[in-house]
Amino acid sequence: MMVATEAYVVLSMVLFVLGTLGVLLRRNAILVFMSVELMLNATNLALAAFAQQWGSETGHLFVFFIIAVAAAEVAVGLALIVAIFRSKKSINIDELHQMEG
Amino acid sequence: MENYPQLVPLIILIPAVGAFINLMWGARIAERGVALIGTFASAFAFLIAVLLYSALSSSGYESAIVNPPFLDGWLRLTGVEISWQMRVDTLSVTMMLVITGVGTLIHLYSMGYMHGDPRFHRFFAYLNMFLAFMLVLVTGNNFLMLFVGWEGVGLCSFLLIGFWFDRAKGVGWRNSNAARKAFIVNRVGDFGLMMAIFLIFWTFGTLDFYKPGELAVPLDAHAEEGEYSEEVGVVAEGEPAGGEIVTEAAAIEGEGELLLAEGEPEYLNNDHIETEQLGVFGQAERFVEEGRDIDFGPFTLPIGAVITIITLFLLLGAAGKSAQIPLFVWLPDAMAGPTPVSALIHAATMVTAGVYMMVRSNVFYHEAELTSFIVTVVGASTAIMAGFVAIGQWDIKRVLAYSTVSQLGFMVAAVGVGAYGAAMFHLVTHAFFKALLFLGSGSVIHAMEHGHHAAHGHGHDDAHAHDEEAHASTHKADEEHHADLSDEAEFDPQDMRNMGGLRTKMPVTYVTYLIGTLALAGIFPFAGFWSKDEILADSWVVGLFEGQLSGFIALGLLLLAAGFTAFYMWRQVVLVFHGKPRTEAAERAPESSIPMVIPLLVLAIASIFIGFMNVPSGALGLDTLFGAHRFTDWLSHSVLNVHAGDFNILVAGGALLLAIVAMIVANGIYARARDTILRGVDPLEEREGIGNAWRLANARLYWDQIYFMLIENPFNRIGKFLADTLDWAFWHDYVHDTVIAKGFRTIGNILATPVDLGIIDGIVNGIGRLARWLSSGLRPIQTGYVRTYAITLLFGVVIVVVVLLLPLIQRG
Repeated sequence: MMVATEAYVVLSMVLFVLGTLGVLLRRNAILVFMSVELMLNATNLALAAFAQQWGSETGHLFVFFIIAVAAAEVAVGLALIVAIFRSKKSINIDELHQMEG
Repeated sequence: MENYPQLVPLIILIPAVGAFINLMWGARIAERGVALIGTFASAFAFLIAVLLYSALSSSGYESAIVNPPFLDGWLRLTGVEISWQMRVDTLSVTMMLVITGVGTLIHLYSMGYMHGDPRFHRFFAYLNMFLAFMLVLVTGNNFLMLFVGWEGVGLCSFLLIGFWFDRAKGVGWRNSNAARKAFIVNRVGDFGLMMAIFLIFWTFGTLDFYKPGELAVPLDAHAEEGEYSEEVGVVAEGEPAGGEIVTEAAAIEGEGELLLAEGEPEYLNNDHIETEQLGVFGQAERFVEEGRDIDFGPFTLPIGAVITIITLFLLLGAAGKSAQIPLFVWLPDAMAGPTPVSALIHAATMVTAGVYMMVRSNVFYHEAELTSFIVTVVGASTAIMAGFVAIGQWDIKRVLAYSTVSQLGFMVAAVGVGAYGAAMFHLVTHAFFKALLFLGSGSVIHAMEHGHHAAHGHGHDDAHAHDEEAHASTHKADEEHHADLSDEAEFDPQDMRNMGGLRTKMPVTYVTYLIGTLALAGIFPFAGFWSKDEILADSWVVGLFEGQLSGFIALGLLLLAAGFTAFYMWRQVVLVFHGKPRTEAAERAPESSIPMVIPLLVLAIASIFIGFMNVPSGALGLDTLFGAHRFTDWLSHSVLNVHAGDFNILVAGGALLLAIVAMIVANGIYARARDTILRGVDPLEEREGIGNAWRLANARLYWDQIYFMLIENPFNRIGKFLADTLDWAFWHDYVHDTVIAKGFRTIGNILATPVDLGIIDGIVNGIGRLARWLSSGLRPIQTGYVRTYAITLLFGVVIVVVVLLLPLIQRG
């Protein structure tokens, strides 16, 4: 039995919105980070669903690219968070606004 | 009953759901609830396995392929489609029964053993998760599902070995290092498995073991070999593809002739199926028949060579998972995990996955003589090496760990000599008696910890406190205890030198442990006797009658290993249970609680009787009592190349005699060596000539040191060279300072004074003033809060999307 592509897209949309809300509303940098991951993976899901719909591997390729890029991004991002935590003893992103104009 | 195979997705789903519930909400459920969820999930899985067994038995052992809902076309790319197909046949059901049966008992045992652990729920969740993955591994109908399960159980193994990663005083480090070691060593094996899978895919264009409608065991195969001549096959019901269940034909004793007479003989073999419609193994056989060459782009290889390469890679995979030379080093360290884990994962089930995989691929191994020889050598030398090392160990679990490596060597060697049935038989019996021994050792360790706390009481540890309370306090006390160990000599509850005389303190554990020992040592009529004997007898046949070198190697090394087995097991029994207690902890060790004792009893009973399911023909009349080689017959419906062995009084009697002599010698050496052992020295160590050999075994043949020298150290050196010399000294110091920095400085000096200060600054300062004037109004937007930027970005994207979509909306 096949699951309709619409179902995947709707799920992907829900995940993406959840991720967006997480990015906008969370104060913990790690949780923001996880929300970004959620958004990426929502995109992955949509891509994989479309790829299945059209029977083409282009979507799969994109998924792999995104996974690889996301992995690199995690490595850099977590390192940044650790560095910030070392210097400020906090990862509350609201406390990090030295860049204001 | 014919619909029972459709239940097979549940056997994975139920433990997975159990794991999910315990992982998500386990922390909020009471300990008892967590344990019940975990144990019942496992018990339900066992129930399903039993139903599958009865379905198979009543349908004439017809293999079935089940497509679970939602997972059709699991992996679909151009030209490739891999479905999530599950296979119910006698081989997979055997594995399911062992995994869920032993698994359920170990869940029950963990209820007592892990009582009071702060991460109790996580432990049960991991155990359930392990069951789910292990069942994926054995039910999959293609190599990719096998691989998914293979990696999944590896993950669970990692999580459970390092379960106590936070133990104080460096113990936690040791545990998590052991976990990482297991994971990394297994990656090496996984490389082999993956290479094999890639090659299989390239060669056959599919990963399915068998396709729907294809016979796993074509009738002509048996006819050719002249075995099972009394059996005549029956026909597949052969529903066209698309149905939920596609049955495969299998041979049924007796009824065959009847059906043949009714005139449906056309499906007795696979000859009517196109090569492309066959699974991996069917194609392999046909390719070999045709002598086909496989095209690899720049070069071609004959099919025989390809299969040899595939099987060698599979062997590497099996060596990682099933702990064979040279990748066995992780298994002894894996004993850092809680004892139920050692019993379930690192003795009974996961480590046998390699053997299962090789038996599943028996068609390949049957065709690859060279690989079979290598497999035999690897298995037999692993068996004897680990058996030797086990003699020199003091840690109760480490002895059992090396024993497991050794017994896995027996199974692998059996695959090597083509005794696939014997390998599976030993796998099954070993699962029971080794789980029993591990659980028994866990019971002993638990009791020793109690005894130690009772002896060096911390107030709340009353020696005769009610079991429940004592349990609860152990783990908490453990942590406190580690904290103030500094002024007290380190007490190792796993060191057999601290034990002795537990026979009277823990009678149930003693009796069950004794049964496990006798079964492992291969004493008549316990389970191990039958399975070990079958491996030896098959090696004998291969060596003497077929004149193959591998048979002699297997027979010789395995006989010696069997002698070692009996010796180190009896040494352990004497050290742990006999004589008088050697420490106060042993003096005050209590018998374990009911949930821990029940699995011991059940497994002990199984260890006595389970061997009777495959009595060889002509075995002193026992074959008429229990039926001759019934397990082999059962397997013959899914494993092409099994053959039943005859009872060989010479081999059986010789092995039995050897085992008994070894045990008597061990008894003679260790029963009167109380004083020597109290000094912390093994009696063998002080003997002329043997002492050095014993020290070699005690040092585990320096495998870890060899690994350090050959792999870790060079790796570290290369890393150090790359970091210190190449990266830092050359790149940073030389290239950066001399080439880049100096060059830039020269160019910079030219650019700075005339160009920059003169021309550019003038422009820039002007623009800057302009920009400052312009931007003073926009400055407040730059708040510094990430979320402001994020929401701006979001709005921007929305606007862009709306603008892009507007024409579409207007048009439609």
